[in-house]
This record gives sequence, C-alpha cells and structure tokens, in this order.
Amino acid sequence: VTVRDALNQALDEELERDERVFLLGEEVAQYDGAYKISRGLWKKYGDNRIIDTPISEMGFTGIAVGAAMAGLRPICEFMTFNFSMQAIDQVINSASKTLYMSAGMVPVPIVFRGPNGASAGVGAQHSQCFAAWYGHCPGLKVVSPWSSEDAKGLLKASVRDDNPVVMLENELMYGVPFELSEEAQSKDFLVPIGKAKIERPGTHVTLVSHSRSVGHCLEAAAVLAKEGVECEVVNLRTIRPMDVESIEASVVKTNHLVTVEGGWPQFGVGAEICARIMEGPAFNYLDAPAVRLTGADVPMPYAKILEENCLPQVKDIIFAVKKTLNI
Amino acid sequence: MRKMLLAALSRVLQGPAAAARPAARVVVATRNYADFASEATFDIKKCDVHRLEEGPPITAVLTREEGLHYYKTMQTIRRMELKSDQLYKQKIIRGFCHLYDGQEACCVGLEAAIKSTDHLITAYRAHGYAFTRGTSVREILAELTGRRGGCAKGKGGSMHMYAKNFYGGNGIVGAQVPLGAGIALACKFFGKDEICLTLYGDGAANQGQIFETYNMAALWKLPCIFICENNRYGMGTSVERAAASTDYYKRGDFIPGIRVDGMDILCVREATKFAAEHCRSGKGPILMELQTYRYHGHSMSDPGISYRTREEIQEVRSKSDPITLLKDRLVNNNLSNIEELKEIDVEVRKEIEEAAQFATTDPEPPLEELGNHIYKNEPPFEVRGPSQWIKYKSVG
Repeated sequence: VTVRDALNQALDEELERDERVFLLGEEVAQYDGAYKISRGLWKKYGDNRIIDTPISEMGFTGIAVGAAMAGLRPICEFMTFNFSMQAIDQVINSASKTLYMSAGMVPVPIVFRGPNGASAGVGAQHSQCFAAWYGHCPGLKVVSPWSSEDAKGLLKASVRDDNPVVMLENELMYGVPFELSEEAQSKDFLVPIGKAKIERPGTHVTLVSHSRSVGHCLEAAAVLAKEGVECEVVNLRTIRPMDVESIEASVVKTNHLVTVEGGWPQFGVGAEICARIMEGPAFNYLDAPAVRLTGADVPMPYAKILEENCLPQVKDIIFAVKKTLNI
Repeated sequence: MRKMLLAALSRVLQGPAAAARPAARVVVATRNYADFASEATFDIKKCDVHRLEEGPPITAVLTREEGLHYYKTMQTIRRMELKSDQLYKQKIIRGFCHLYDGQEACCVGLEAAIKSTDHLITAYRAHGYAFTRGTSVREILAELTGRRGGCAKGKGGSMHMYAKNFYGGNGIVGAQVPLGAGIALACKFFGKDEICLTLYGDGAANQGQIFETYNMAALWKLPCIFICENNRYGMGTSVERAAASTDYYKRGDFIPGIRVDGMDILCVREATKFAAEHCRSGKGPILMELQTYRYHGHSMSDPGISYRTREEIQEVRSKSDPITLLKDRLVNNNLSNIEELKEIDVEVRKEIEEAAQFATTDPEPPLEELGNHIYKNEPPFEVRGPSQWIKYKSVG
C-alpha cells in the first residue's frame, strides 16, 4: 500500500467514524486533492465534510481553528507546509496556546497536515522543512511519518487526539509502497504519538531520523552491514513530544549517534537531539561526539546536481558513520 | 401617608363586610410598581444600510425591567473598568490592560439581542464581554491581578478570558475574525439555529485575513455577524489616517451592512436583533458597524491625548455617554427615578469593592501548576523549566 493510499484510508476511516471530522483545504474536494490524498472522499462524503477553500491560508486556517474550538474536529490541509507560513499565527497563537491561556477551558482538536520539506526541483520557496519551527512550540504535537504504517496510524491517532497536531508528510514518499501488516489494516489501528520505532536493530551506531531520511538510513545500514557495521535505525515518528528515552536507550547500547534530517542545520531537530543527549544518562556512553546530518545551509536550488547535494544522501550517511566510528 | 392610602384602598376593594367575599385579593403594590410605568417606546436613530432593502426599526420598546437590567449591567462594567484603572496604577495589574469604558452600550446591547446559546468572540478589549457572557466581576478582576481565582486561573490575563460560548479575549489583531467564522461554520453544521458574533475594531478592519473571511463566510453562507466596534482610533491612528474608506459597514462589499449608533443601547439591540434574524434565516453573514468611543487611551500605557483632544473626550462624555443616555430615558419616561438608580449605583459600587478585595487578596496560582494545560486528555507528563533540573508536572 502506498503512503498516499494509506493516508486516504485513514481519512476515510476517521471521516466515517466521527461525523464531526471534516477536511478542508485547497483542491481537497473536486480535484481529489492536489496530491490525490483525498481521492474519492468528496464523492463519498459531500460538500459538508470535504470543503474546497479559496486560496486564503490565513483565513481558512483560522476558520478551521475556530470550528475546532466550537466542537468540530477539522483536518486542515496545507497544499505544502511552505504555505502554512502565511497562516502560522493561527497555528501557534490561536491553536497551540489556547488550551493553556484558558486554563483548560478551550481545547482545540485539529490536525494540520500536508507535504513538508524538499520535493524534486520545486525551488527554494517550495522546499522548506518546518519540523524545527513547529517542534519548537509547546501546546502542539508534531508528527512526521515515514512508512505507510506510520502515515495511516499517525493520521488516525492525530485525528482522535484532542490537541492541535501538525502532521508533516513528504511528497516524495506519497508514491512509495510498503507492506501493511494485518494489524495495520484494522480500522482502529493507531500509531501512538510520542513513541519512536526501531526500524532496524543494531549494535555499533544509532541512526536517528524522521520522514524520508529514514529510508536513506536503512539503505546506508544495508551497505554498512556488508562491511560488518550494524546500524540501529530509529524512526522518530514524532517530533514533539520527542521520544528521547528511545534514543538514549539506543545510544547506551551503541555508544555512537548520528542524526539525519532534511531540514536546515541551525536550531534543527538534530541540534535538539544532541542537546538532550548531553543532558541525559546517554552522554556518558558516547564514545565520540554526536554527529548531525542535515540539509545544506542554503535555500534549495533548482538544478538537479545542486539540489541533490543539498540533502543528506546515502553516501553522506555512510561517510558520517565511518567518521564517527573512526573506520 | 402612603400606608394609610393603601390601607384605605384595600378596605374599599374588599367590599361590604357582610357579603360573602370572593377569594380574590388585592396585591398591595410596592412603592416601585405604583409609581412607575412598565414600559415606554423610544425613537432611535435610523441606521445607514448597505445592500439591504430595509434596516432595523426606528423605534424600540423598553420595559422597566430591561431598563434597570441594562443600567445595572452597564454601570457594573463602567465601575469595573475604572477599578481596573486604579489597580493598574497601583501596579497590582500588570502588562496590557485595554479598558472598555465608554463602549458599554455595545456589549450590553449585543447581549440583549442574542441568546446565551449563541456564540461570541472579540479582540483584546474584552472585559465587558467577559462580563456579559457570564463571568463574574470577581473572576475578571482576579484574572487581571493574576490570581488563582481568576477565570483563567491567572494563566491568561487581560486578553485571554473565556466563558461558555465566549471564545475570548484574543491578542493578535484580526485573528479572531476567521476564528469567529469557524465557530459559525460549526453552528451551521450542528444545526441548532445558533449564530456567532465576531467582533473587531476599526484598526483591525484593515487586516487582510478579515477580507479572506468575508469571502468564505459569504460563499458558504455562514451564520456570522461581523461587528466592527469603531471607536475612531486604532491605538493612536485615527480612522481617517488608517482607512481609505471609513465606511466600515460597507467594507464587506458583497456582505450587507448596517451602521449603528453604538452609544445608544436600544439602537444596538434593535440592530443586532435585525442582524441575528438575517443570519438565522439562512441568508448568510451580515456586517454591523457600531459607532462608539473609548474614554481611556488604547491601553493603560496610553494617556490617550496625544492623538486626540481632551475637548473631544469631554464632549462625548457630556453629550453621548451611553449610561447617561439610558438614565435620562428611564427617568424622563417614568421607568425609574434618580433615587432608585442611585440605589443601584450603591449596590454596584459595593459589588466592585468586594470583587477588588478578593482580587487583591486571593493567592497567586501555585507554582506546581505552571506546567498544566499543555495538552488535553493526556496522561501526566513532565514539562521542562528554565534548566534541565527544573521540571514541572503537566496535567490537562
């Protein structure tokens, strides 16, 4: 099942389960979704549950948040998270802070979802990763699926969560197929928010990643295994609240840490992981400084050779692992 | 003298002593009922309209009961705001404090025309609305002074007070407008005939997100009354200096609009009834501009006289004060008298004093609760303080 179809299934199941759930965003209804994630849903659920909006991010995001305050359970789609910047005030100031400011009186059960980060050749304004931006803010939950199981389970969990959840999908992952376990096919399958998953156990180095980079880590791990280096690949699944315990447990075992992400290096997810590891018990188990692999510190260029070299590739991960293991 | 008269009256009405008396009794009236009229009809200013065939009525009936209730409510808000001014100057209230005195006819008039099951959202000049939407003066003042007895347990402050069907109190200028339309979307979905009143000021009226909201509200026929409280100044910028068109009631373009005298509570009430009917009948959104005035500056850090004259403020106070206008109507039409209204003033003063007493003596929220209300319905977890060794427990 592709990530796209997994998301589609999740949307369908949650729309059916709770009539207060609805989807709004640009092209979600009659176009079947800009990336076809909501294919078939408008035909099935109609205008009241699948709502096409004009190109008014700040407006429709605010409307979605208000609807959540008044008892509905909206899923607000951003065609890409780059456009969420226009509406970011509504996500942070109206959605994430309100429960706290109202001392618990006004919950905001909303999901903001859409593709995040780099795509292929879409240029600088359409390639930014917002994991660090949203991950910074208390009151929000931020999830970042990699596989179809992640996508389906996290979307369902996010919709059922009574808090504002930002779900950072990845356009390049939409078409990638994954095996969906028996369990993952059930209508009540949820992936818990706030828990990382060990995609591949290992003993020599911990690779922590989220979203598309998880795949690259697994590829690097396969290559390194041939040379006798066993990497433990941790799929964060959730950016906030981050499952630091799982990372710590892994580092205690492997003594080496490499973080891999697509976002810019400064003040990013990897930086946060390193800081947290320093503060916790795992620091004493590190045999080398923790290493970060990130997007290059430039706006994303267009030309293929430039773009390719602005994201951590499999060879970069392999290089970093060998550097950190001193081999 | 009165007692004798009433006694005589009741004797007369009892009839001849010998006859079998029917069970009917004369209710011996109190001084009030015997003296006052039960209602009166008033002419109110005709509202300018935009894209409407007709506007709200130009007369309004005010009952004695309503009049006294509006008077007391407005006076309570007035005194509450003046008390807040005092407490702020004593540094017992901190941060931002945007006072509503002068605008009382707006919040009281709006509330008089809608039901408690309707919804309302406004910006940061919200203390009056917190009150009319059901929060007690005690809880409002204690929130301003940052105490645990505040309506948001001291965590919100002046700009973040909430109540049932009252969504604040919003600090970001204009952000509450799309929120209000979203609440209206929910109203439409739930089909319980509820509407949402979405307020903003003349300053906010130039925000882009408001025009995005007008578009969607009209497209989807949301039951939303957009209300511009035009108090002539957005902070220190007069409407003439901020807006190419100051006809705020027309700025909704394709949305019908009404311009209302916001200093006359009856005008506000009748216009709101008209607007509410428009929304409830499924016609979609409507816009009301309430022309009003604030006596205080933008906030407590603004003396309010560098961009307007003291004479202007004085003129509004003497000619258009909403409480005085109502008082004159009540007294001149025998709906009440000076003594009765003075009694209400005394009651109100007492209530405010007691509330202020509470607000200045209630303890601050406990430090242990600093981390609470991050997430709803979440098992307890830990929240980081200023260092890795300081942790707070968080419960929803």
